[in-house]
Amino acid sequence: MPTNTLNDRTFEVDAEGFLTRRDDWSEDLAADMAALIGIDLSDEHLAILRFMREDSAQTGVTPTLRRIQTVGGFDIKTLFALYPGKPAKKMAWLSGLPKPVGCV
Amino acid sequence: MAFICSKGNLDMAYPALIMGNAALGEGVEVHIFFTFWGLDIVNTKTNDKLKFTLSGNTAMHMPDLGRIKPGLEHVSMPQVLGNLPGMTGYATRMMNKQMEEQEIPTVPEFLDLLQASGAHMYACRLTYDMMKLLEADLHPGVEGVISAGDFIDIAEGAQVVFV
Repeated sequence: MPTNTLNDRTFEVDAEGFLTRRDDWSEDLAADMAALIGIDLSDEHLAILRFMREDSAQTGVTPTLRRIQTVGGFDIKTLFALYPGKPAKKMAWLSGLPKPVGCV
Repeated sequence: MAFICSKGNLDMAYPALIMGNAALGEGVEVHIFFTFWGLDIVNTKTNDKLKFTLSGNTAMHMPDLGRIKPGLEHVSMPQVLGNLPGMTGYATRMMNKQMEEQEIPTVPEFLDLLQASGAHMYACRLTYDMMKLLEADLHPGVEGVISAGDFIDIAEGAQVVFV
């Protein structure tokens, strides 16, 4: 697996740049990665990423937008507003989880 | 992307809803035109009661039959079964249960999800008038009752998927 280095932090990634090792992730790393895609990571942004990591620790898979809404209690419109464009992929990438595979 | 939903069967409601939702998640603009029987998907008087029938569907299999005899789960159900009283209700319940197991929302909830995700939805003027529908019965995510020409205008240059 290739590795990336960002601001002196090294982490292992897959071919598409998603983190492969759960423990490589930190909130500071997420903030640095977010800056690369034009997102200024606020507590509101982070709350979603934290939920995603807790949820995936239990289920073993990256939660879909629908699950982030129904289980996490986050409003879909908020998700699109905070992570515009491709919310599911952006959030998975920033939370250090694999690319989501669920359809809905 | 533009979707045209022309069918009102439960199994024909989901394709555009699922693909439209996926497109929105990828940052793609989505427009959905509900016409003919597809209006049942956005009519709140009908969209929680869409049905699935065996009739005319030769791809109907029963996964549970494989437990009786391996291989039976791949056998096409005899068409005559679809005409038995209660069979459509049974098949509908089965399909709803299978969708629920996959965590797929019901049709009304799916429309809420699409609306919140920014989908643009329209009802077809001709069939809306023909079926004497009421605007108050339409799902709130439906932006308007428009003509085929209006939709063609909107969909110009888009990938169009007809269901």
